[in-house]
Amino acid sequence: MKPKRLDEIIFELIKKVETELPEEVIYRIKKAEAMEKTEIGKKILRSILQNIEIARDAKKPICQDTGTLTFFIQMGSKFPWRDKLKKALLGAVEKATREIPLRSNTVDPITNKNTGNNIGNYIPYIDLEITEGKDCEITLLVKGGGSENMSALKMFNPTNTLEDIKKFVINHIVEAAGKPCPPTIVGVGIGGGADLSLKIAKKALLRPLGERHPNREISRLEREIIEIANKTGIGPMGLGGKTTVLDVHIELAHRHPASLPVGIVMQCWAHRYGKIRIYGEGGVEWLR
Amino acid sequence: MAEIEEKILEIPLDKNILKTFKVGDVIRISGIVYTLRDKAHQRAITLYKEKKKTPVDLKNAAIIHCGPIAKKTSGKWKIVSAGPTTSMRLEKLENEFIRYSNVGMIIGKGGMGKSTARACKKFGAIYCIFPGGAGALAASYVKNVKNVFWLEELGMPEALWVFEVENFGPLIVTIDTNGENLTEEIKAKAREKISSYIR
Repeated sequence: MKPKRLDEIIFELIKKVETELPEEVIYRIKKAEAMEKTEIGKKILRSILQNIEIARDAKKPICQDTGTLTFFIQMGSKFPWRDKLKKALLGAVEKATREIPLRSNTVDPITNKNTGNNIGNYIPYIDLEITEGKDCEITLLVKGGGSENMSALKMFNPTNTLEDIKKFVINHIVEAAGKPCPPTIVGVGIGGGADLSLKIAKKALLRPLGERHPNREISRLEREIIEIANKTGIGPMGLGGKTTVLDVHIELAHRHPASLPVGIVMQCWAHRYGKIRIYGEGGVEWLR
Repeated sequence: MAEIEEKILEIPLDKNILKTFKVGDVIRISGIVYTLRDKAHQRAITLYKEKKKTPVDLKNAAIIHCGPIAKKTSGKWKIVSAGPTTSMRLEKLENEFIRYSNVGMIIGKGGMGKSTARACKKFGAIYCIFPGGAGALAASYVKNVKNVFWLEELGMPEALWVFEVENFGPLIVTIDTNGENLTEEIKAKAREKISSYIR
């Protein structure tokens, strides 16, 4: 495999993620549409499903906010193209911006100048983990500004209970209302430091929909938050209805004895992600 | 369940007709729609204050909070994706914008607040929601890009685009000319409901 081939693989990953929603997300939106009782809620969900089809057939971005690109990479220490990976990745982002095309969402915070190619300081965000072996797994998560603006962090006192955390998350979902484009997927990170709680909240979005946390107490908390959030009546786009969240995923990290941070990261219905494995022996497999 | 009837409106809008719409009504529009988001709002307000002309007349017009993806092929702009952005970011500007421009319809997503609702009531404008994220669907109703202003200075998302649309919708009225605000009502009810579920 030559370096050129590597950036083509990543380009294909970006293109698929930006234009086609994962089946499990479409399935959940269809289910929400079938269950919806309000006429407006049903109409909104039907428009969303129609949009998903148009984007997939025309290979156009699902949403005009093609988001910030975050790559979660697990790279084997013996992956043969490790020194080519970053360059290939940046090349793929640049090409995707030009050819799909994507909207450039990289603005200098001081001068407000947009770089025009979705490449800037720290962006695209690359989260790298070194693993054993020769293979490399790349997960791409695309998140728009509207849902990212609905992120939250609260530094709880360790004497606070899970009930307090539940209240925080539910209140947050209600106050966010239609802004993060519901029905949403809600990631919650409990523990760690401030940054880690938000990081695991974002990573929690990548868990398959419907899969509960292995810890029974956390699994129950997830179910309770889903149930209450879907009784608020916020509904699709905050216009009323049954489905406000498609899922809630909680992740845990060990915390400092004095801290109990809780991070919330919301993802819009257009939950755009994909995962590939590049084999050190050559070849690519689409995982999710 | 009966489908809600969708009313078709031609642009420029007639403020007497806008008065007949209530929150929860569903509309489709045909004609010209202008995109104005954060920077374009600021810029238009500055021009109004300096008593200078805006590049287009916004009286009785329809605007959308939208930063599209556009592609130029053989000298002609085509819209790739063009759904609404979160309107609440414009809440601090919208009242003043409505007062100066006398705009008829504002399209966005997520709902708007008290200050916008007051201006809608006073100046006979309405605010409508197009399904957020449905950028490919929105683009499918854009038949033609008539013009673009401020592209150099503000960049593609923030520029003022002039779209010619056909049956653009569904647009759900969430603020009407009486100042009723559907999304705020839903939020208030949600706050009440959760108080019985959580201690």
